[in-house]
Amino acid sequence: MSTSGNGSSAPSEAVRVEGLHKSFGAIEVLKGVDMAMNGNEVVCLIGASGSGKSTLLRCINLLEPIDAGRIVLWGQDVSSDPGLDQNLVRRQIGIVFQSFNLFPHMNVLANVTLAPTRALGVPREQAVEEARALLGRFGLSDKERDYPDRLSGGQQQRVAIVRALAMRPRIMLLDEVTSALDPELVAEVLDVIRELAASGMTMVIATHEMGFARDIANRVCFLEDGLIVEEAPPGELFSQPKDERTQRFLRRIIDAGRL
Amino acid sequence: MGGALGDRGPRLLRAGDRRSTVISTISTIAFVAALAAVFFFAPGSGVVRHDFFSGTNMWRSFVGNNSHGLPGIGTAIVLNIKMFLVAEVLILILALAVALVRQSTGPVMFPLRVVSTIYVDVFRGVPLLLVIYMIGNGVPALNLHFLSTQTPPVYGTAALVLSYSAYVSEVYRAGLNSVHRSQTLAARSLGLTGWTSMRYVILPQAVRNIIPPLLNDFISLQKDTALVGVIGAIEANQAATIYADSTLNYSSYVVAAILFLILTIPLARFTDHVIRRDRQRRLAGALV
Repeated sequence: MSTSGNGSSAPSEAVRVEGLHKSFGAIEVLKGVDMAMNGNEVVCLIGASGSGKSTLLRCINLLEPIDAGRIVLWGQDVSSDPGLDQNLVRRQIGIVFQSFNLFPHMNVLANVTLAPTRALGVPREQAVEEARALLGRFGLSDKERDYPDRLSGGQQQRVAIVRALAMRPRIMLLDEVTSALDPELVAEVLDVIRELAASGMTMVIATHEMGFARDIANRVCFLEDGLIVEEAPPGELFSQPKDERTQRFLRRIIDAGRL
Repeated sequence: MGGALGDRGPRLLRAGDRRSTVISTISTIAFVAALAAVFFFAPGSGVVRHDFFSGTNMWRSFVGNNSHGLPGIGTAIVLNIKMFLVAEVLILILALAVALVRQSTGPVMFPLRVVSTIYVDVFRGVPLLLVIYMIGNGVPALNLHFLSTQTPPVYGTAALVLSYSAYVSEVYRAGLNSVHRSQTLAARSLGLTGWTSMRYVILPQAVRNIIPPLLNDFISLQKDTALVGVIGAIEANQAATIYADSTLNYSSYVVAAILFLILTIPLARFTDHVIRRDRQRRLAGALV
């Protein structure tokens, strides 16, 4: 059950993407993506590398300007207003990257408190207190004085998640957050994400971990060649995929022993 | 690139090997003896020793003589140090400003970007000596209130700042480019503004990367303060010239050279130390 304030009774629409096109030079990466999700929902994006999962997440976070289409977050169109303060939008969206991207010159505590203090103006003591609470929640209490290069990949990625959560985002976008990890470190990061899902966090997760997607997602979107080809609850999509392209992709995954 | 772990960086002598210590001692002695032999047995050795290494002249030029209008090099070098220190601070600031302008992307900054690009092209291209002449003689000729009534050391320092900032801004720019784009992405994704990202995330990492080349430029700057003598500032080189001109003995130049060495060598060793420490830190980071 959701305990957060936003739409616990009638789930509000959190994200709506309409006809999203995005090109990098001559290469069109997104060719008209439509997608919508409610608050407290977890949507997983699956598909081969290069299918457009990461680009879609970055467009939602306004890190990449879009070429055509609309992005609506909690009823506000964030894609067509040139006067919009994009920083205000990004502060409500946490994004975690495949390669952690922690700030190497700052210790863990400074990594986590930088944005709350510098972007939100949270007083330092309060930011530290909240950061400690989050670090404790994800088993990182003894790491707050450590620099990123002293941490394992799994620890770094958990810190990156904490850093995003410290902004108290309304939604989290996770971009293949376990793809750069050694196999034995994947579980600790997935556990963190499971806990977030259980706490009612709205999330869009691009992932190659099919088993994980099946466990955690309310809905799975399969992307190929810049389009959402098929979209269904995980039970349906993984056991009875309708589209031929989805079937082909899943067969390859199963043949590779990853589902 | 053998022995990455044991490699302590560019040491003059690797410790722990007695045989190589003996060999290096012998070769050092042989080398110094050869140099000394060339110096002492050269046909003009006596003249050179008298003209360049005369103890009395060295001492007299060092302390100077007020009643004969001879400035002491020992006092004059203080002006070099002052010019160096002031120039250094101003260079760090001006060069950073130029680098940030050149790295900016907004259309509003376009005219400033053009100006700073021209500035860097011009001042990297014109020899420092000419810049000193032009500012030292040109600005006073302008007759422009207080700007035209400064002393030679002020004009000289200004010339040093203008010339060196062009170089150092390029060093800064290289440093800014050395920070991976994903750091900007991570900072902006947290909702930090462009300026806040630069100030707290990009710049600190960039500066750390460029400390060795920066220190190198400052070693060079220490020496180049000697050029300011050409517009009449009584710094060490100029004091040495005045002494040599009035006594026809060049030992004063050797004194000035020794004083510059005393200034630059510690900074050079410190630079080596910083580079070595930096390498070790990166190595340690890569191992974890």
